[in-house]
Amino acid sequence: MSQQQIDRAISKEYAAGFTTNIESDTLPPGLNEDVIRFISQRKDEPEWLLEWRLEAYRDWLKMTEPSWAHVNYPPVKFNEISYFSSPKGLKDRPKSLDEVDPELIDTYNKLGIPLHEQEALAGVAVDAVFDSVSVTTTFRAKLAEAGVIFCSISEAVKEYPELVRKYLGSVVPRKDNYYAALNSAVYSDGSFVYIPKGVRCPMELSTYFRINEQNTGQFERTLIVADEGSHVSYLEGCTAPMRDENQLHAAVVELVALDGAEIKYSTVQNWYPGDAEGKGGIYNFVTKRGVAHRDAKISWTQVETGSAITWKYPSCILRGDNSVGEFYSVALTNNAQQADTGTKMIHLGKNTRSTIISKGISAGKSSNAYRGLVRMSPRAEGARNYTQCDSLLIGDKCAAHTFPYIESRNPSAVVEHEATTSKVSDDQLYLCQQRGLDAEKAVSMIVNGFCKEVFRELPMEFAMEAGKLLEVSLEGSVG
Amino acid sequence: MLKIDNLHARVDDKDILKGLNLAIKPGEVHAIMGPNGSGKSTLGHVLAGRPGYQVTAGSATLLGQDILDMDTEERAHLGLFLAYQYPVEIPGVSNMEFLKASVDAVREARGQEAIDSVSFMKRAREISREVDLDPAFLKRGVNEGFSGGEKKRNELMQMMLLEPKLCIMDETDSGLDIDALQVVAKGVNAMRNEERSFVLVTHYQRLLNYIEPDYVHVLAGGRIIKSGDKSLALELEAKGYAWLEDAA
Repeated sequence: MSQQQIDRAISKEYAAGFTTNIESDTLPPGLNEDVIRFISQRKDEPEWLLEWRLEAYRDWLKMTEPSWAHVNYPPVKFNEISYFSSPKGLKDRPKSLDEVDPELIDTYNKLGIPLHEQEALAGVAVDAVFDSVSVTTTFRAKLAEAGVIFCSISEAVKEYPELVRKYLGSVVPRKDNYYAALNSAVYSDGSFVYIPKGVRCPMELSTYFRINEQNTGQFERTLIVADEGSHVSYLEGCTAPMRDENQLHAAVVELVALDGAEIKYSTVQNWYPGDAEGKGGIYNFVTKRGVAHRDAKISWTQVETGSAITWKYPSCILRGDNSVGEFYSVALTNNAQQADTGTKMIHLGKNTRSTIISKGISAGKSSNAYRGLVRMSPRAEGARNYTQCDSLLIGDKCAAHTFPYIESRNPSAVVEHEATTSKVSDDQLYLCQQRGLDAEKAVSMIVNGFCKEVFRELPMEFAMEAGKLLEVSLEGSVG
Repeated sequence: MLKIDNLHARVDDKDILKGLNLAIKPGEVHAIMGPNGSGKSTLGHVLAGRPGYQVTAGSATLLGQDILDMDTEERAHLGLFLAYQYPVEIPGVSNMEFLKASVDAVREARGQEAIDSVSFMKRAREISREVDLDPAFLKRGVNEGFSGGEKKRNELMQMMLLEPKLCIMDETDSGLDIDALQVVAKGVNAMRNEERSFVLVTHYQRLLNYIEPDYVHVLAGGRIIKSGDKSLALELEAKGYAWLEDAA
């Protein structure tokens, strides 16, 4: 197959790249304590939370941007970003969808996320976050019957202050890293989930993030607490319009799985990746971490196809004995995209187990790095890790890197690491084409096959989506 | 069906085919034999449109259409099928998925309506039994971890499902035990009809005991130097190629 064919097959238009024309209350660019006070006041926050934000801000000022990731970009100008943007009329959260601007509902419809419950995907409750605010959360009443709390984090601060205060920052401390500190200072909205003891959440929960306004950053905060013996599956999706400027997305996600609880967290990330030359696109600098207590399980599944730069390491702290951590990842980079992604599995408890399956796909002139840490602490008797890290290259201008870090301080712990690098071979394409498939279909089928182990971890409704997304993201990669 | 005139082709700057002529009518089975390096496999790949195989002169038409300027998949849509000598693996893509995608693509290109998944799966399972492959193979990755014989039978299964007009089989018999060889022969014989033609590239007369060819050609030095009926294969088996090459 020729390079042009490959190029054609990996380059399709970004379908979610439209802009919504809606009037917004947007804070002028710039960051200082007054901006933080404004955000906090606008959200009617208690004093403790304002102080919490300010402390994070002061810490952030003393920190420097990390430079160890295998990515290249000009310094982010934090004073040229607006830290708060809300569609006009959403000053008070609408009581019902009738009060929501039809433009907004239309936006989500176009993205395939109906906000009217009767039209929604059966069995999936959605929290829709537009720029800095949560627009609506569906199926709340139905979830409440099971005792499940699913709402925006701003509401949770008002309605469940004890829960928020107890767990906010408990997994990702404010000073954890540069972007986590920034997020703690300026986070605007996000989702909050609480599953009571012994409850199996009756629906898939999901949050859909949309950045619309120009020059704004999105700093969302997600907190999920699964009480003892409970179970929840949560999915997040994200898109943004096509803009020439880079936009910053710096989120923090904290998961708490108490004894015997299970949290399955899936991400389908499709932020605008920038154009073929690397102009524009989202900087996706995200901190995601979960703590698993005794017999608990946390499972991260991610399909990362968007963003100009991705920098994220969904991690598990396996604190309790017999706890389990899993990380299943597909990261696809095309054109000028850069990704440095992976996970950290911190084994503290006895007989803790973790599995890492990472599939990196590089096309165009992109760069894709897996970075993972497996740490066995001295008391992690009998802990086990299995890591499998596969890279697939399409074309000859892209790069794949693997940076595994293994620290074992317990002689009874077992760590296994397997890594492979392969290319979509001309012979495979030739076979597919001889059987009547065109080059694009052939590449997407081969790539989907490569990702199969990860896709089967996704909730059913989204596994198909992920496959399609991959196909679109690969367009123009075949040549 | 297939008409090749004065075909010249090169691979990696090396001339391999040097003026090959061949005409095949619908329903005919032609066996192509010849010493190693004579261009037998190259012929199949040039007709199928393998990237890197460059035609420098001559023409080839399939069903009256010039195929040399067509994309690989267009030739497949027209009805050309190549059973590979060394089928590649496609890890993670199940055989069933691959077969369905391939049949869908070919039918779509021919303007035929798509087959629904249930009847397709039923048909695929039937055929897998016919070629003596456990239907469990349909769920495995394409050729992933298959033995040599299983790969060849998998090729045969694809050929039977796609129902091509012209089947080129590149040393399908090599590496097969007698039982597997008979399975392959049975499959081919069942597919023979007045509208379908076969090109069997082989080293061994043995295959032709099971699949009776209408013509046997000897390919040497990039050209067909002798043609005959099935008795030619027996003669070659007894005398080798040297006498022909010397005469040419």
